[in-house]
Amino acid sequence: MPERTIEIQVLRYRPEQDERPFWQSYTVPFTDDMSVLQGLQHIKDDIDGTLSFRWSCRMAICGSCGMMVDGRPELSCKTFLRDLLPGPVRIEALSHFPIERDLVVSVEPFIRKLEGIKPYLIPKEPRTLAEGEYRQTPAQLAQFDQFSACINCLLCYAACPQFGLDGEFTGPGVLALMHRYNVDSRDGGRAERLPVMNAEEGVWGCTAVGYCSEVCPKGVDPAHAVNQNKVNSAKDYFLRFLSPKGASA
Amino acid sequence: MDIFKADVAIVGAGGGGLRAAIAAAEADPAASIALVSKVYPMRSHTVAAEGGAAAVTQAHDSLEAHFHDTVSGGDWLCEQDVVEYFVARAHDEMVQMEHWGCPWSRTPDGRANVRAFGGMKIERTWFAADKTGFHMLHTLFQTSIRYPSIRRFDEHFCVDLVVDDGRVQGVVVIDVASGEFKLIQARSVVIATGGAGRVFRENTNGGIVTGDGMALAYRHGVPLRDMEFVQYHPTCMPGTGLLFTEACRGEGGFLLNKDGYRYLQDYGLGPAEPTPRNKAMELGPRDRLSQAYWHEKQKGRTVSDPHGEVVHLDLRHLGEKKLRERLPQIYELAVEYLGVDPAKAPIPVLPAVHYTMGGIAADGRTAAPLQGLYSVGECSSVGIHGANRLGSNSLTELLVFGKLAGEEALRHAKRVAHGNASVAAARAEAARAQAQALVLRGDGTERIAALRREMARSMEDGCGIYRTASTMQATCDKLAELKERYRRVRLDDTSRVWNTEWLLAIELGYLLDVAQAMAHSALARRESRGSHQRLDGFEQRDDVNFLKHSLAHFDGAGAPRISYGDVKITRSPPGTRAYGAAGEQAEAERKAKEAAHA
Repeated sequence: MPERTIEIQVLRYRPEQDERPFWQSYTVPFTDDMSVLQGLQHIKDDIDGTLSFRWSCRMAICGSCGMMVDGRPELSCKTFLRDLLPGPVRIEALSHFPIERDLVVSVEPFIRKLEGIKPYLIPKEPRTLAEGEYRQTPAQLAQFDQFSACINCLLCYAACPQFGLDGEFTGPGVLALMHRYNVDSRDGGRAERLPVMNAEEGVWGCTAVGYCSEVCPKGVDPAHAVNQNKVNSAKDYFLRFLSPKGASA
Repeated sequence: MDIFKADVAIVGAGGGGLRAAIAAAEADPAASIALVSKVYPMRSHTVAAEGGAAAVTQAHDSLEAHFHDTVSGGDWLCEQDVVEYFVARAHDEMVQMEHWGCPWSRTPDGRANVRAFGGMKIERTWFAADKTGFHMLHTLFQTSIRYPSIRRFDEHFCVDLVVDDGRVQGVVVIDVASGEFKLIQARSVVIATGGAGRVFRENTNGGIVTGDGMALAYRHGVPLRDMEFVQYHPTCMPGTGLLFTEACRGEGGFLLNKDGYRYLQDYGLGPAEPTPRNKAMELGPRDRLSQAYWHEKQKGRTVSDPHGEVVHLDLRHLGEKKLRERLPQIYELAVEYLGVDPAKAPIPVLPAVHYTMGGIAADGRTAAPLQGLYSVGECSSVGIHGANRLGSNSLTELLVFGKLAGEEALRHAKRVAHGNASVAAARAEAARAQAQALVLRGDGTERIAALRREMARSMEDGCGIYRTASTMQATCDKLAELKERYRRVRLDDTSRVWNTEWLLAIELGYLLDVAQAMAHSALARRESRGSHQRLDGFEQRDDVNFLKHSLAHFDGAGAPRISYGDVKITRSPPGTRAYGAAGEQAEAERKAKEAAHA
């Protein structure tokens, strides 16, 4: 059987030698079970060792290999070449992030935001190890379980038009993570996280496009988390006028 | 070269490295901790662990039972005093993770739930659906953000340890984004770089699992212990090797051959019953299950798949609702990668390399025989896995020994001063020159990927589920050839910014050294034990000659030298390792013997 091939076009950018990004085309043999990542690995291994991209787990859980595939943010390890026939397949770095090189974007701005929201349990009632685990029913777990599934792959940021306009916007993934802790029955840190949530760059930055949830590979539904917090944030706003003690009543 | 000073440097920020960093930060908030990772911490391969983490939890369970499961599961090559320490601290670490927010799956009354796992007599595996490693890693990473004394060096690639005056004094790293070198001077170093499964072709591991820390310690004279013991996980995806967790069988899944027959009953694991019995059939240990597959394949009772001979993992009887709740990621992987709906059709599976039982020689408190060096996790051989690891012991290991490594490294750091800065800087310059020579070598002819493929194929051929002297010798010869050819590697990429081809070349050097340690340790072990099974006259366990840890010592361009060390036995003398009905009988006999002695 003759070998089947597909054309993969990659937006290249090597800051040490390229003045601006340019498209480069590669022809790659493929089988029906090959992912876009495997296509890129073929290029790297056998055609052009200078192509740079991040990857690791190959199973959509490490969050490394996000990129634009035919204009849409995708994890390259779970996007299959068979679904992109006849090609050419166009691959670019994730939108809305500075390109460090080729398909590698700068993750630092995202990390700074994540670090800024106190993304850890702030216990409502501290407990010693000897007291054992907190009781948390399956229903209470279900309140935040979905929002704890974020793999930090940044696809939602590449999908978010608001983040594209304003890089300061906290953005869907981090807002979903904030919501994850705020609604955890063990957590009492919501008031500490409020300033970020209520800021202009917090939930109110969102213009409710919802594309973030559509591209999420793990079903986190950040748009839902953000919307929930708009309701909560608005409640806080009204409470500030009603309650002399302030917002955290 | 930029120089940073830290009390403790930790290389690797997966579960073990993060746990160590938090432990050191909690023990002394004034201490400075450098946490180095070649990726962002949440990309570390801990993320891919699925099934769960073991800790004695139920009233009818006991530390003694967990101890015996682990020691017999390891075919008596475990350090028994270390196993005792491990099982005793496991539960506290699970609770600590819970207090940090880990979303453990729950019982209806809100307690942490436990599930059955292979080789474990009683259900004691804590789990977060089938994404336990993912949730543990993100919980640890996010919790680590609370500690300002932990300074992260994300996407920094470690090329060498700085050793002077008989002790380790820091690490040399490349900032991947710039290609710049940095020296991190430290009084103690913890290696937490994970395993080396990528030396094999079909494996469950991420691309980053390349034995870096093992090779670094090894090159500085620290022996690698028990490297011949490599775990094949019995249920992986054909072609890619991606993992279908043992929890599939813990929840009641069956393994079927081409006739739809639960073949494990033919290999001393029966009787076959409709619901899972612990330590029997599909809940036997991984080495035995992978070996049974190999025999079925020899007998022509497997199914031909484009990517090899497969058997079937049948989950249909569990029903879609339970599968979606308990095994959502498995469901997703089967549908998206294989086009198989596991509620409607069995999943084709075969064994793939999953875990390196051996690693950097460490005493029971994680210290290497090189002063100031500690190790934790898959890169380390602290002694709890022996010749075969039980599923769900390794995630717990990251926590119990991560905490210990962090505390021990800090204690050592407080006892010693920083070494001579100019010597450290000179060592770092030498490491830089060596790493850069790889890029600048203009006359090379060998392609990295070709060498890597030949290595992985040869390891699979020679050091797979069953081994013979001639196949292992062929692999040893091949690895020597590859190491020679590695000197003539040629890179397409000579730039500095994000030169991943350069990093792949350095990783290939690590892989080849670790592969040699594995193959030569395997060839020298003339017996069968746990995951090391021979077909050439050494089919039995030989406690007279080989109740010993192997120690592979680095010897530059030559073959490693293999020596042996004693195994610590405290209360479980080597006995018959049996599962299923035979296992229950052996267990009863052991208890009767103990009662007679008492």
